[in-house]
Amino acid sequence: MSTSAPVAERPTPETTKRPKRRSSFNEGTGRLAALLLSPTMIVLILVVGLPILAALRESLYQSGQRIDESGFVIQGSEFVGLDNFTAIFSGETGDRFWNAFYNTTFFTVACVVLETVLGVAMALVMHKAFKGRAIVRASILVPWAIPTVVSALLWKWIFQADGIANDLLGTQILWSTEGWQSVLSVIIADTWKTAPFIGLLVLAGLQTIPDEVYEAAKVDGARVWSTFVHITMPLVKPALLVAVLFRILDTLRIFDLPFVLVGPNKESVETLSILAYLEANQTRYGPAAAYATLLFIYVAVVAYVFVKLLGADVFGDAIQRKPKKNGRSGRRRGKQEAPAAALAGLTASSGGGGGGA
Amino acid sequence: MRFERSHTRKAVALTVASSLVLLASACGGGDDGGSGDSGSSGGALEGRGPITFATGKDTSGNLTNQVAAWNSQHPDEKVTVAELPESADQQRAQMISNAQNKSDAFSVLNLDVVWTAEFAANRWVTQLPEDQFPDLGKLLPSTLDTAKYRDKLYAVPVTSDGGLLYYRKDLLAKAGVKPPTTWAEMVTDCQKVKALPEAKSIGCYAGQFEKYEGLTVNFSEAVNGAGGVVVGKDGKPNVDTPEALAGLTALTEGFKTGFIPKAAITYQEEPGRRAFQEGNLLFHRNWPYVYALAGKTDGSSKIAGKFAVAPLPGLKGPGVSTLGGHNYAISEFAKNKATAADFIKFMSSEERQRANIEKTSQAPTWASLYDDAALNKQFPYLAPLKASIEGAQSRPKVVKYGDVTTAIQEAAYGALTGTTTPKDALAGLQTKLSQLITQ
Repeated sequence: MSTSAPVAERPTPETTKRPKRRSSFNEGTGRLAALLLSPTMIVLILVVGLPILAALRESLYQSGQRIDESGFVIQGSEFVGLDNFTAIFSGETGDRFWNAFYNTTFFTVACVVLETVLGVAMALVMHKAFKGRAIVRASILVPWAIPTVVSALLWKWIFQADGIANDLLGTQILWSTEGWQSVLSVIIADTWKTAPFIGLLVLAGLQTIPDEVYEAAKVDGARVWSTFVHITMPLVKPALLVAVLFRILDTLRIFDLPFVLVGPNKESVETLSILAYLEANQTRYGPAAAYATLLFIYVAVVAYVFVKLLGADVFGDAIQRKPKKNGRSGRRRGKQEAPAAALAGLTASSGGGGGGA
Repeated sequence: MRFERSHTRKAVALTVASSLVLLASACGGGDDGGSGDSGSSGGALEGRGPITFATGKDTSGNLTNQVAAWNSQHPDEKVTVAELPESADQQRAQMISNAQNKSDAFSVLNLDVVWTAEFAANRWVTQLPEDQFPDLGKLLPSTLDTAKYRDKLYAVPVTSDGGLLYYRKDLLAKAGVKPPTTWAEMVTDCQKVKALPEAKSIGCYAGQFEKYEGLTVNFSEAVNGAGGVVVGKDGKPNVDTPEALAGLTALTEGFKTGFIPKAAITYQEEPGRRAFQEGNLLFHRNWPYVYALAGKTDGSSKIAGKFAVAPLPGLKGPGVSTLGGHNYAISEFAKNKATAADFIKFMSSEERQRANIEKTSQAPTWASLYDDAALNKQFPYLAPLKASIEGAQSRPKVVKYGDVTTAIQEAAYGALTGTTTPKDALAGLQTKLSQLITQ
């Protein structure tokens, strides 16, 4: 097209063409970006989108629950609408659901609070320059490196009737029985395992704080505590909030620790994901999918509220992008509104960042 | 540019189309079960060639030898072992997902005895023609019963298991008492032993009372040993009876009076075994595998040479064990079913079962092996074990076994920990089981 354009007319069309060309150039880059991103999007659709849709669909069906005269299970699945969901909220199952809901929430609040406090303390220790710092750092990270199931078995050993916990306490607490003791054992084990995670992320945040700020505070005569409150905390907050958000999302689906450490069907430590697992294990995939969907919604809501209330800077780019056009920030907010697709949002926003720069 | 545009458009269209196809096929996959109603149950076992044997992780290390023995004799019908995880739950989950995909990846399945009903009712395993397995009569009848669902054979029992009463023969001899045959004798014997200065603080009795499958086993034994049933011969639950109450009350009273140590509520097989080996228990209900471990003289057991086994005591007479063990079945979706049937016959043959017990001490199902002099010398517990298995009861043969065992554990655990009375626990269990089993 451009080759056929007459040479003499160049000056006039150029004024009209230039914006067009620029737009077509931009359009082209956008397409190229879309093309380059499409493998990621396809993978995301395949591994995130489709399973979610399949689970949602599954939650509307039931199968294999009835037996015919000769003792065989009647094959085939049956569309039951929202029956799987209404069943969860009625009668005995309802009590069990709300108990699990309460346990899940309680574990999340208790564990994350403890882990945050301990994690920040660990980070402060790891950040200090002293002899053997490398060893301290490495040893603090050991629990995080151990698979959850293994650490659950480890703690199960410690909390046995004749285990070392009882030896040290000089009592005979039966940790795996119903009651506060089993709840406590799960909280201890979870905190032990994941406080280092928060510690690690906060440490990364601490290392970005320039020394000059502290020196200035020292010159101004700030005490240790006020330095911590007014300098360290605000500057480490973005990293800390991301760490806490991750921990919250993680703890909301807590499964392995209570399941292995205390055992299934224990009311005191039964969580939503355990309920979903138990249903699936009985080949009741419809109700299991319903439980999983409810947990999914709960996690999404919590993440949304967390991001909204605390303004957690999940994508780590608010500071550089604040003075931006309305449309863009609006779009970005739109992305944050779908925390379920946090990953997709992450890739999309970093892709957008690349385009803008 | 135009080329590029149409290219991207095509790519986008292609992506969308292919995801739709994928989505449709994913959705369609779920519906397949509706029409796939193959009526081939009890059909001929046809086809020869290589097969796979799906079994839990072989902790004994002897399975390779057993399979090698077959493979050397049948070069054209080789068996490959598909080793599944050690956890029974995960084995079952993998076998089920394999069956639901109608995959022929697994030919012979190594099923826990309690899974037979579920696998048979879902038509995941093939019904076996009894006339093609001539040796069934030589197996212990109680073990054969676990392989049947509604009186039809779906598997062949290859290993069995029964509970045994381990006791401290040194202490019993010192106190001048014989091994107990009833619960009441066990209680008085323990009091006599506790009168000895060296056994003042010993715990009397423990089984497996943590809330898991072991509790179902121990609860059933208590109920059966008192003359009650959990699920009757007619397949109907009948657990709200005076006999069952007497059995359960013996356990709850045991906890209340300290006859059973408090810690036993957390015992699975291993913690109980450790307590017995440490010399902290006088009587202990456990499986045969404990015999070798508790007899080790390398210092890991403090009671080597100081213990013996007896059949389980009942409330007023001989006890009733709950049956364990494994049955081999043929997957409905397998190829080469004739080979699979031959392999099962081979593995359940007297020769193979003997080779297996010699190496692994797993209880065989072949009745005459229990009377073999050489084996009895090697495994002195065989005689009481035979008595235990012969008189043993299977756990309920129901399709929803997972729900049934959970309900039993719920009721028993509640009674043992004192949150419900035994009477209420049994009444509640009866209601629950009626709902689960009539469905």
